[in-house]
Amino acid sequence: MSFVGLTRDEEQRMLVEIGVGRFEELLAAVPKDVLLEHPPLIPGPLSEIELRRLLGNWSRENHAAEMVSFQGGGVYDHWIPAAVDTLANRSEFVTAYTPYQPEVAQGTLTAIFEFQSMMAELTGCDVANASMYDGATATVEAALLARRQTGRKRVVVAGMVHPHTVAVLRTYLDAAEVTVVKDAAGLAAAAGVQAAVGSDAACVVYQQPNFFGLLEDSVALHAAAHGAGALAIAVCDPIALALLEPPGRTGADLVVGEAQCLGNPMSFGGPLLGYFAAKQSLLRGLPGRLVAETVDRQGRRGFVLTLQTREQHIRREKATSNICTNQGLMALRATIHMGLLGRLGMREVAELCVQKSHHAARLATGIPGYALAFEAPFFREFVLRCPVEARRVVEAGVEFGVSPGINLGRFRPEWQDLLLVAVTELREAQEIDRWAETLRKAGAAR
Amino acid sequence: MGYPDDVRYTAEHEWARLEKGIVTIGVTSYATEQLGDVVFVELPETGARLEALKAFGVIEAVKTVSDLFAPVSGEVLERNGALADNPALVNQDPFGEGWILRIRPSDPAEHAKLMSNVDYEKHVEEQHA
Amino acid sequence: MNMPRRLLIEQGGAGHRGPALPACDVPQRPLAELLPGVALRAELVFPQVSEPEVVRHFTELSTLNHHVDRGFYPLGSCTMKYNPKIDEELAGLAGFAKAHPLAGDDATQGALRVMAAVQRLLADITGFAAVTTQPAAGAHGELTGLLLIRAYHRARGEGEKRRRVIVPDSAHGTNPASVSLVGYETVVIPSGPDATVDLEALAKALDDRTAAVMLTVPNTVGLFEPRVREVTRLAHQAGAQCYMDGANLNALVGRVRPGDLGFDVMHINVHKTFSTPHGGGGPGGGPVAVAKHLEPFLPAPIAVLQQDGRLRLDWERPQSIGRVHSFNGNFGILLRALAYMLTLGPEGLAEVSRVAILNANYLMRRLAKTYDLPNPQHCMHEFVLSGRGLKKYGVKTLDVAKRLLDFGVHAPTVYFPLIVEEALMIEPTETETFDRLDHFASVMERIAAEAAEDAELLHQAPHTTPVGRLDEARASREPRLRWSVP
Repeated sequence: MSFVGLTRDEEQRMLVEIGVGRFEELLAAVPKDVLLEHPPLIPGPLSEIELRRLLGNWSRENHAAEMVSFQGGGVYDHWIPAAVDTLANRSEFVTAYTPYQPEVAQGTLTAIFEFQSMMAELTGCDVANASMYDGATATVEAALLARRQTGRKRVVVAGMVHPHTVAVLRTYLDAAEVTVVKDAAGLAAAAGVQAAVGSDAACVVYQQPNFFGLLEDSVALHAAAHGAGALAIAVCDPIALALLEPPGRTGADLVVGEAQCLGNPMSFGGPLLGYFAAKQSLLRGLPGRLVAETVDRQGRRGFVLTLQTREQHIRREKATSNICTNQGLMALRATIHMGLLGRLGMREVAELCVQKSHHAARLATGIPGYALAFEAPFFREFVLRCPVEARRVVEAGVEFGVSPGINLGRFRPEWQDLLLVAVTELREAQEIDRWAETLRKAGAAR
Repeated sequence: MGYPDDVRYTAEHEWARLEKGIVTIGVTSYATEQLGDVVFVELPETGARLEALKAFGVIEAVKTVSDLFAPVSGEVLERNGALADNPALVNQDPFGEGWILRIRPSDPAEHAKLMSNVDYEKHVEEQHA
Repeated sequence: MNMPRRLLIEQGGAGHRGPALPACDVPQRPLAELLPGVALRAELVFPQVSEPEVVRHFTELSTLNHHVDRGFYPLGSCTMKYNPKIDEELAGLAGFAKAHPLAGDDATQGALRVMAAVQRLLADITGFAAVTTQPAAGAHGELTGLLLIRAYHRARGEGEKRRRVIVPDSAHGTNPASVSLVGYETVVIPSGPDATVDLEALAKALDDRTAAVMLTVPNTVGLFEPRVREVTRLAHQAGAQCYMDGANLNALVGRVRPGDLGFDVMHINVHKTFSTPHGGGGPGGGPVAVAKHLEPFLPAPIAVLQQDGRLRLDWERPQSIGRVHSFNGNFGILLRALAYMLTLGPEGLAEVSRVAILNANYLMRRLAKTYDLPNPQHCMHEFVLSGRGLKKYGVKTLDVAKRLLDFGVHAPTVYFPLIVEEALMIEPTETETFDRLDHFASVMERIAAEAAEDAELLHQAPHTTPVGRLDEARASREPRLRWSVP
């Protein structure tokens, strides 16, 4: 079925008004030989009952969803308060269009304004936009902005930025324009970065916490960038920002990243939520939508899309980006989430992540054969060197109903004994114990 | 309607006033009417070299943006600093307080080649037809 | 009087808090010990509001929005059709919501089934060989498509030579913007007198520096390009590739396949044709479909069905352009699109385009009696009117748009495409009923009458919305982009 509501009689009246005898006459401009005689043979139609059965069965084939997750690597299993779904699922938000007619879109616009405000505060920046597709494309757009701003081409990636983010950078830019500075003991080494920056780097990009979960020395990295006239781009986890000194306050020009962890389900890696924050002087070069506060003719406060002349629908080939549709509803979810958690809750979640991940790390290092791969401080995620291939540890988890982490061997063969483990506020002590049991069992099977 | 006769005009709706060897430029009232409320003017630095009829900057309104074209070639002596805080000056007084740049012309003859106010008015009428 | 509408930061305060977290159930150590030498933030200036008030806040905000579930959105090129609720339910199933993208193929067979099905169905519907699900929106798809074309030319040693993309002047702004993002040059060609591609202009613009021609079919005034195969033939003859912007696919589903028209690659806006909800600006989805010769360049991984009936992600794609997204695109959105496609089945697809075209033509003929119709021939799923007939009353299309809001209808797309003066682009979609169309037509007729009798009423519109016309100049001149903390 097609959700159409049309009687034969109505159809007849319409054809009369149009002035044709048959619908087919309306297709006169379409060459006969490209008009299909029969529609493509896709499956269906399926009723709701059949759909629930089919897709319900498929959903149950995702065993990963039933396991207790210690997986991170950019997408995390965090607490989503019940009210987030209740509010964000309201069709007034879900089925609303982009707020180009602000008089009938104050709900959407106000929420975006609140999102921008909280992201700016969290990152320590002056301004934040209404969202990007994901952390990886947000990082790319930041690099492109830096190139436009400095007139330089090269992008220096300092240390362990998520391999998928680097991959997306390499797709958008030419390979010769991306220099990855290898990590030293898991961290970006400021000296190495300084050497790599030279005089033709537009920006230095680093991730905080980095892909290994370790905390970088932001201040040193900002200095390394600025010393060479390049922009400093910090790719940050929003939950970590609730606890850490925000890079926007210690010299980062742009702070971007992945905000799925704020009120959004993992959903097999999409839809995600990119965010983009910057200092004031870069405002006119920002990609994406921006919402501003203003007043109507009666002096009532209202919100509107602003600085639209940056965007594709007006600036066209000279636009700051080509982005049109963004991740609006996910930004709304994040806004509600941050509103519910508030000043205290945001920090509590961050602290629980620190305590639980460190507890798990201590348990692991007490199991024969397991050790932390790096010594530097970490926030919510850490890398374990395992006595067996990390994929064996992952397999062992099935029995305990646990996904013990991510086998880093999938990224590089030399990492095959490394397991990336994330522990969020959702993981209770018992679950962490089961996780430890998994490690023990896998290690004993040597 | 009548456009000021103390300046000369380009087809792209800029004006140029030659006084004591210095050329002041801006956009015409017709341009500001078409654009609507000006919100931002992007200008070259002082010392920059302009080429006649080439784009040198951008003027932004709420929902439109237009290139600015140099009426004459020369060197930028001064930008109207007031526009940064008050771009509305361009709408309020396009031929006066809303001026955009002061230029030292490299070829004084170029100014005379621009349209007179009478020719400009005809040009505007043709655009409207 | 009502409580004033406040932002989160303007409510509550110290002592107000939201839902609680459990106490820490593991042994704790001081942060200074766990994070030695790490600078912690001194303060986080965030709202402190109780849960009931947060709920009231967002609930009230929601009441300020027009939305498709409430009323009509005749927005041209946006395809604001009904968003089926069964799709929402299925996307929320725990098995999908809680699947981690790096959990491994064995543990995520269900998600891979969805990916593979989306790839297959979209390819079949559009007449192409393969699909990538990674692009998160139409513009993202355009970028991906152009990168695929670039890879194709590079593989043939013509990557440096071919750096220009031909785009008609009626194109959506994302087209030239995407061209710039890839580092190419946009060449704009004027439309012919009937708003379709001027073949002469195209032939003149095509040369051995052309990488691609980008077309929207039907075009942005709602007309099918009758000579589209000539366009693609000319482009191929010049060695260029043909990209189709799929924004207007709603007119074609079930009855025309872009692959049959000579296109090499297209993006599909699932938040348009395939009914996924707009969410106030996103998320959408822009999967890209390609002809066989472009398949090797697709982003990796692609979901493939093995001989044994199991699915896996295929990473062995040596010619791939690489990733354009962190993972596999907006999976949850594509899942909704899949549920919708399965709900339609083949007959449903054809019904969608049939009624979309029927509704648009009916509305067009009704409104042509009161508004200027630049292109009088039958349209496809959308049409463009011009508001220039109201200029004599001092009324602009903007005023018509704002007055519509007083009648519970969203304005159509206005001032696009650029080739029509005072444009009003209207697309009813197939889910609007005859009564809804009639109501809209009556309102438009009334507004035209008001223009003649009382132009000021229109200049001051809207009158009944939560806020009136907003000072957008002020918002641009002194942008206030974050709240002030009281």
